[in-house]
Amino acid sequence: MLEKMFSSKALSDALEIFVNEFPVAVWETLYVTVLSTAFAIILGLPLGVLLVAGEKNGVYPLPAWLMQILNVVINLLRSVPFLILMILVFPLTRLIVGTTVGTVASIVPLVIAAFPFIARLVETSLREVSPNIIEAAQSMGATPFQIITKVMIPESVPSLLTNATTAVITILGYSAMSGIIGGGGLGKIAINYGYYRYKYLVMMIAVVLLILLVKIFQSLGTRLATKSDKRLK
Amino acid sequence: MIEIVNLSKSFDVADGRVDALKNVSLTINDGDIYGIIGMSGAGKSTLVRCINMLERPSDGKVLINGTDIGALSDAELIKTRRKVTMIFQGFNLLMQRTCLKNICFPLELAGVDKKSARKRALELLEIVGLPDKANAYPAQLSGGQQQRIAIARALATDPEILLCDEATSALDPNTTHSILSLIREINERLGITVIIITHQMSVVEEICNRVAILDGGMVAEEGTVATVFSKPQSSAAKRLVFPDGANEIIDSHERKLRVVFNGAFATKTPMITKMAVDIGICANILAASTKCIGDKVYGNMLLGVEDEECVRKVKEYLEMTADVHVEEVNADA
Ligand SMILES: Nc1ncnc2c1ncn2[C@@H]1O[C@H](COP(=O)(O)OP(=O)(O)OP(=O)(O)O)[C@@H](O)[C@H]1O
Ligand SMILES: [Mg+2]
Repeated sequence: MLEKMFSSKALSDALEIFVNEFPVAVWETLYVTVLSTAFAIILGLPLGVLLVAGEKNGVYPLPAWLMQILNVVINLLRSVPFLILMILVFPLTRLIVGTTVGTVASIVPLVIAAFPFIARLVETSLREVSPNIIEAAQSMGATPFQIITKVMIPESVPSLLTNATTAVITILGYSAMSGIIGGGGLGKIAINYGYYRYKYLVMMIAVVLLILLVKIFQSLGTRLATKSDKRLK
Repeated sequence: MIEIVNLSKSFDVADGRVDALKNVSLTINDGDIYGIIGMSGAGKSTLVRCINMLERPSDGKVLINGTDIGALSDAELIKTRRKVTMIFQGFNLLMQRTCLKNICFPLELAGVDKKSARKRALELLEIVGLPDKANAYPAQLSGGQQQRIAIARALATDPEILLCDEATSALDPNTTHSILSLIREINERLGITVIIITHQMSVVEEICNRVAILDGGMVAEEGTVATVFSKPQSSAAKRLVFPDGANEIIDSHERKLRVVFNGAFATKTPMITKMAVDIGICANILAASTKCIGDKVYGNMLLGVEDEECVRKVKEYLEMTADVHVEEVNADA
């Protein structure tokens, strides 16, 4: 197999595909990841805030049944495997995007899979804020909304950034998986050439590029998180 | 004036109920530096948290200038909290904000515009003696400096009352002293009533004028610091005033004198020895807990002398030579 993989024919094929298809694929992967993360944060951040603030001892206690529902929904969504979730949300995808295949269409299931995950990450980040600091804010006459926007979120920015990095990388992985059923990007190339046409070299290149992207996101995220943390230094 | 009327607070916990406060009644006058002292778990924090309704009492009332704080609407309570501010053992600064922004924080909450808030914060930095730390982050400051920033923050909204929950417990003696001096200065210059929660006798001795001793959620004793500390009545008070089981000492036959050093200048000559030479009375040092901060002495000492006559002479001698307060401790009182 190795011989076949590196034969001159395979090499020239791979080079051609690399030049013709990879730039677009990388671009597709990037924008799907970034857009999906952005939408997932828009949904997941407020949800994560509710999970912490709405607790019995939180800054804005919500009815217990409501918290129960939120938790059940999040847990349910999180326990469905991504590939199955993609198929399950086909109707919704069709409703929003008009089709279920293609790069844009894959954003819908990605967001649905990622926002409960992000809500949990936000939840853990916000829980790290010392209850004493929250109490100090209360003692100064802060409203629940002020505590959320001026204390809980700003104080947990470094942790939120670290977790956002985890989220981006997870979504990147999912977006590659979405290549199996119609999604675009590096995942599609890896599957189309590697799985259906036995062009392993092409698949390897796709994988290496995915690893590189993960690496870039990770170091970027870590650097941002460290730089933003005023507790260090 | 703060009136705490028949205040009780119980917590429901897994194995039943904890009565943290039982029928506590206290009156704190304007301008007081009022100490609330007690052992760990006595209910001090719970009591102080009831004063600004961080904790809702189970029973009883807190009146501030006649207003029942527990009956206020949320909006009114928020306004009241700007006038009854608090500092904490752990400082509780916002770690991701600069010192200046920390001090601006309560003003920001109150909707004060950025420019005036900044101006006020700079003034406060001056008052607490850290004008050069405006742009530093709390993590770059020592504990004492962080507490100064916390004090500045607590002063930002021009409070009438400052609650201090173990504000110096995390600090070393020197820093404790400087923070207490700052609090006293604030009390005198700005006329802010101060309530100091502590488990340290020395803190109360150093700056409070009145003190309540809390024991098992109840007020064991209350009065001026001089009275309570020189003639402790309750067993809780005696335990605090003479921590090393000095009760037995009190019950012996000698006459006892309590010498309180409240910032007297330390002298090179050993005072008690010198007294023996000067007036010929050998005092027995029964207990002592004094410490030097800078060139001043704080704390107290329990002396045993023979009779009435000696008591008078020693008292006269010590009060004349040094800046101390001497009182006879009556075993049977
Ligand atoms: N939220 C709570 N839930 C249950 N019990 C509580 C709660 N807060 C305080 N207690 C209990 O009430 C009692 C008094 O606690 P409090 O914190 O007021 O004591 P303290 O005098 O401040 O002690 P320390 O000097 O250790 O700070 C303790 O027995 C404590 O366990
Ligand atoms: Mg306490």
